[in-house]
Amino acid sequence: MSVTAIPGRLYRSIYEPFIIIRRNKRAFVGLIILVIFALMATVGPEVVPLDTTQSFEKRFQWPSLEHPLGTDHVGRDTFQQIVHGSRDVLITAFLAAIFATGVAILIGMLAGLQGGMMDAVLMLMTNAILTVPSLPVLMIVASVWKVKDPVRLGLLLSIWAWGGLARAIRSQILSLKEREFIEAARALGLSTFHVVSRELMPNVMPYVTINFFTLMRGAITASVGLMFLGLIPFKATNWGMMLSLAAWQTGAIYVPKALFYFGSPMACIILFQLGAFFFANGLDEVLNPRLRT
Amino acid sequence: MLIIVRRAGIAFLTLLIVMTLTFFLLRKMPGDPLHMWAMELVQLHGMDFDSAYEQVKQMYDYDPHEPLGQQYIRYIKGLMKGDLGTSMVYKISTNRIIIKALPWTVFLLSISLLISFGLGSLMGMVIAWKRKTALEPIVTAYAAFTGATPDYITALILLIVFAANLRLFPMKGAYDSALTPGFNWPFIKSVLRHAALPITAYVFESTAAWAMAMKGSAVSVLGEDYIMAARARGLKERRIMISYMGRNAILPLVTGLAIALGTMLGGATFIETIFSYPGIGWFFAQATTRMDFGLMQGLFLVTAVVTIFSNLVADILYSRLDPRIKVEE
Repeated sequence: MSVTAIPGRLYRSIYEPFIIIRRNKRAFVGLIILVIFALMATVGPEVVPLDTTQSFEKRFQWPSLEHPLGTDHVGRDTFQQIVHGSRDVLITAFLAAIFATGVAILIGMLAGLQGGMMDAVLMLMTNAILTVPSLPVLMIVASVWKVKDPVRLGLLLSIWAWGGLARAIRSQILSLKEREFIEAARALGLSTFHVVSRELMPNVMPYVTINFFTLMRGAITASVGLMFLGLIPFKATNWGMMLSLAAWQTGAIYVPKALFYFGSPMACIILFQLGAFFFANGLDEVLNPRLRT
Repeated sequence: MLIIVRRAGIAFLTLLIVMTLTFFLLRKMPGDPLHMWAMELVQLHGMDFDSAYEQVKQMYDYDPHEPLGQQYIRYIKGLMKGDLGTSMVYKISTNRIIIKALPWTVFLLSISLLISFGLGSLMGMVIAWKRKTALEPIVTAYAAFTGATPDYITALILLIVFAANLRLFPMKGAYDSALTPGFNWPFIKSVLRHAALPITAYVFESTAAWAMAMKGSAVSVLGEDYIMAARARGLKERRIMISYMGRNAILPLVTGLAIALGTMLGGATFIETIFSYPGIGWFFAQATTRMDFGLMQGLFLVTAVVTIFSNLVADILYSRLDPRIKVEE
């Protein structure tokens, strides 16, 4: 299909970015990994049934045609657990990234546009979040606030995650505020809402989009970690629970034959992180044409 | 000078925010924890519930029926006196647990930080200086890999391979409990053997990040006139790389040290828990799973104070080390 057959707007918004990502090998690999994970989390659990019948004689098996990733301590299929666990892990991370991005945009915009006392107070909060490590905070909140569903877990993970993005948006707003096109919009008497949504937002969006993936990566690390420590009661198929069971309760780590049981959630986490990292890098090139050479 | 005062003021306010947040969070704890501990006393010593409850209240210096404002003042007063609370599980003051646990964490973190900073900045320096070598893609790939691997996975892999299966290193603890702690060779050897895997985990996780940071900083220094002048004077390559490029490039990394300390302290919970290493991270994980709010609060505040203070020191140090830099804001 020749390029001219595609209408201009569609070309610029979908086809062109795709071509740039396609040309960048790492970004393309990242995209493929992310798409596979997205399919696994959405369609996967519908296609792959979860069989929880326990049969002790099938304990810790190596991969076979019947069990592509081997079996766990009571002979259940590892692959099924990975697929069914992926949904909660990814939905949680996605929600956490959405919440954190929302808060960061709100705080960054408010601080940057309002200035004065508002700015000082908001930046003090941001500073606290950036200085104090998030994991201990999340552990305290998780022990007080018992979360049981992905939405609340996403909220929990986002509370100490928005600092970096908020600060970056604020400084971008501070520099954008002085530019001619913003002054022109103001001089034309356009409403603040218009200035924010039509003039400022499009300028910070590239940065926000790339950070979204960084936030998702952080949320996955944190949520699996909290489950691994046993702080969030969740389904046994969750990756963090699988790791936790393998390490503390079933003695799987002493059994070399259980390699695929505890190795699978680890590999999934590392793969997802790599995919998101590569894709975000490529996206950076797509959204910042100046980086392209 | 004014800037230092301002920075110190911000650090103090940050600490106040953290203290206040901890206070309100832990007051939101589900149920009445004192009730639980009072019941325990009733069962243990056969005293009646009311006097047991009074005793528990005294012990924890906390009364849930007091107005919140007064509770807050009492809490701040306690902290001012250096009293970090009482552990409800261990039945001793949190300060005593911290005095026992903190040296282990400091021991692990300081050695790991030293090794990874030294190794990483050396790597970064070499790849910035030599440009096209086989080392550069290796370090970049290594950086991508460690960036993608959470610290608990690294630690878990080390534990599974070297402790659980190859049995080269011990599974848990800080030293062999059969030995008497002191300045004797068997004890020191045991401490080092127990610390080897946790330190490896920290070092593996953070070295690549230092290398990349150093490379970025060194590349920007390379374009400076003084490098060209040094070259023109015919100085030895090594000397230019280390004394001219390296020493200037390493300055911005100093602020990174404080941030790294923060991340490592945060990650300490995972690494110490996985190796059952009795530092503050291990106690923190224990406290959260066992709902020991007194201990949690104390350990968290220590972590917060250490990170806030080290950030402050790094900021001040940075402006002192490099007079060209003015501390912003």
